[in-house]
Amino acid sequence: MSEASAKLLFRGARVIDPAGERDTPADLLVSGGRIAAIGDGAEAGDADIVECDGLVLTPGLVDLHTHLREPGREDKETIESGSRAAAAGGFTAISAMANTDPVADNAAVIREVQALAARAGLCDVFPVGAITRRLEGEDLAELGEMVEAGVRIFSDDGNCVPNARVLRYALRYATAFDDVVIAEHCEDPSLVEGGQMHEGYNSYSLGLAGRPREAEEVALARDLAIARMTGGRLHVCHVSSAGSIDLIRRAKDEGLRVSAEVTPHHLVFTDDDLVTYDTNLKVNPPLRTSDDRDALRAGLADGTIDVIATDHAPHAVEEKEAEFDRSPPGTIGLETALAAVLTHLVEPGLLPLSRAIDALSSAPARILGATDHGGPLEVGDPANLVVFDPAARWTAEAPFVSKSRNSAFLGASLTGRVVHTCFRGELVVADGKAQR
Amino acid sequence: MKRHLLSMHDLTPEDVVRVLDTAESFREVGTRVIKKVPALRGRTVVNLFYENSTRTRISFELAAKRLSADVINFTTSGSSVSKGESLKDTALTLQAMGADAVVIRHSSSGSPYQLTKWLQGSVLNAGDGTHEHPTQALLDLYTMREKLGRLEGLNVAIVGDVLHSRVARSLSFGLVKMGADVTLIGPPTLIPPDAPAWGVHVSSDIDAVLPKLDVCYMLRVQRERQRQQFFPSVREYARLFGLTRERVDALPEGCVIMHPGPMNRGVEIDSDVADLPQAVIEEQVTNGIAVRMSLLYLLLGGSGPDQLEAAGPNDEATRGADDV
Ligand SMILES: [Zn+2]
Repeated sequence: MSEASAKLLFRGARVIDPAGERDTPADLLVSGGRIAAIGDGAEAGDADIVECDGLVLTPGLVDLHTHLREPGREDKETIESGSRAAAAGGFTAISAMANTDPVADNAAVIREVQALAARAGLCDVFPVGAITRRLEGEDLAELGEMVEAGVRIFSDDGNCVPNARVLRYALRYATAFDDVVIAEHCEDPSLVEGGQMHEGYNSYSLGLAGRPREAEEVALARDLAIARMTGGRLHVCHVSSAGSIDLIRRAKDEGLRVSAEVTPHHLVFTDDDLVTYDTNLKVNPPLRTSDDRDALRAGLADGTIDVIATDHAPHAVEEKEAEFDRSPPGTIGLETALAAVLTHLVEPGLLPLSRAIDALSSAPARILGATDHGGPLEVGDPANLVVFDPAARWTAEAPFVSKSRNSAFLGASLTGRVVHTCFRGELVVADGKAQR
Repeated sequence: MKRHLLSMHDLTPEDVVRVLDTAESFREVGTRVIKKVPALRGRTVVNLFYENSTRTRISFELAAKRLSADVINFTTSGSSVSKGESLKDTALTLQAMGADAVVIRHSSSGSPYQLTKWLQGSVLNAGDGTHEHPTQALLDLYTMREKLGRLEGLNVAIVGDVLHSRVARSLSFGLVKMGADVTLIGPPTLIPPDAPAWGVHVSSDIDAVLPKLDVCYMLRVQRERQRQQFFPSVREYARLFGLTRERVDALPEGCVIMHPGPMNRGVEIDSDVADLPQAVIEEQVTNGIAVRMSLLYLLLGGSGPDQLEAAGPNDEATRGADDV
């Protein structure tokens, strides 16, 4: 950890800090793991100089929705390998979903994840606690004990909480704790049973059972009503449909405590891309139509959707090489998220760069309560930063830093690449290469 | 033609005509004493059947054998497939064995597409999940053309569980491609809402459609769908959508009745209706062999039906390694 005490001068970057409302060229000095100066007073002195000509420096990215698979499926990903993939993608904090084996539904598993993450030391890992025991949707997990262990977000992600009464009590009970968030995978299970992809023209033609967008909208409408009745704080995971955007927009206008996320793959691909039965594009919720995708883009631009989250879901090669209906849903995403957003939203002018950084860093850090991340960048704060080249072109190819290779972007040509990731003052990625 | 036949979308209208015309000349081979031509001598055709279908498998097997190909039947029971070997591993094995064509039947939609990633030979879709069954559609088109003299402008109703029917999907795509007029009939729960985008009409009233038909194509209904609440009872289904004697009387003279088999007599088709002369269900089966010969021949590089002389009894191809 010698680097943590070293001095670094990031020289000549365009510094974009949405939370601090800054977008200017500036030098930034890191010392003792913290930001020592920005702009005036950022002198080289005895610091190592990191030339950032033509590069963008922002607060490190923050992912609200990562599946790390440890404990239970260490062949797909470990907390260490996932942390390394996160660092490679410019993330300095990630939120690890609870659907591990055993499920993170008690403080002991939460502490185990925290300990493994601290040992890896490549980014901050915030474990998500399950809402219900074993994710079964029946009995509340011990939310309070997990809050004491440091959990801020609870989710049964992978499953919707099917029972409205259970969700009611979870949202209500959680109001006992400051700013605790109940994150829902909104999808009515009875409408998606056996479904493999978005229900519509393509599913009917391809002979794949459908998951209609109404499954999400029905569950979301229910969840918003329960949020209204309980005063609880609801976060909507991986929004996929245009109708959901309308529901969230109205709920926010009404003043409900609700936030929402969208994944890079839902912002880029549609169900038209499934005509070759590419299992890397099998995700949950499924890729929908171009109308839905365009509504997601608009909802992200106008702030109806707060956050871009990866839903990084590593799977084994042999599982993804299976028949489409036997292959598990999910794509990895930590290493491609920034580039996907830059390529498909920022470069075509659909999203201002500062709003993209806000959605990838400041907004998720706020929801997560991760005050060391997401800016505003101020002297004395831990130096959690990313530097990227907005113009670099590259092709997403295996092997990935992640243990898995099931990327929806496999083979895609992308613009924008992470050059340096600085975690608590240490360059964990330098010149695009992992440092350990 | 493309190297594979995965979907009816792989064929142009000209390809379809070529397949049917070639089948015409192969049909005659089936009437000979020695039902064999040397067209695919030395080539290996693998029947890879993950789903039980003796009828389709035998049809492909006969087709390949009549072309003098070596045939390997690779079925799930007793093979490594049932021991958990993946589709990819099986494909790599077949590749190593030098399969020139793999005929695949599988319960998962899209599995023939995946197979093409790992095989150099041709892949023929013999039915994948609820996706497509293009060779069935082609034998149906052959039978319609044979009985009615044309495909363009024909009025065809496809009746029943279109949603879960790979036959209905391939047949709809094929008929629309050939300029026929297609009406899908069934309970709205079993007709894809987006089907009009395929270029077909949709109706829930079979009696309104019957009087204008050239072909009435009945689909097999599975009782399983009732348990899933797609319709309230088999009895009600038979009453609303079954082809009864009275409904046959409403059909115009010359209208042909078809069914891909196996039939649920008394559900989608009354027993005596299935045995009427205008029901050509057995001819569909016979034509299936000729159409599959045509497809194997064309996909494996034959340019036309030019070398159809019979193979002699001492021809080595007739002694080839067949069932393994
Ligand atoms: Zn989810």
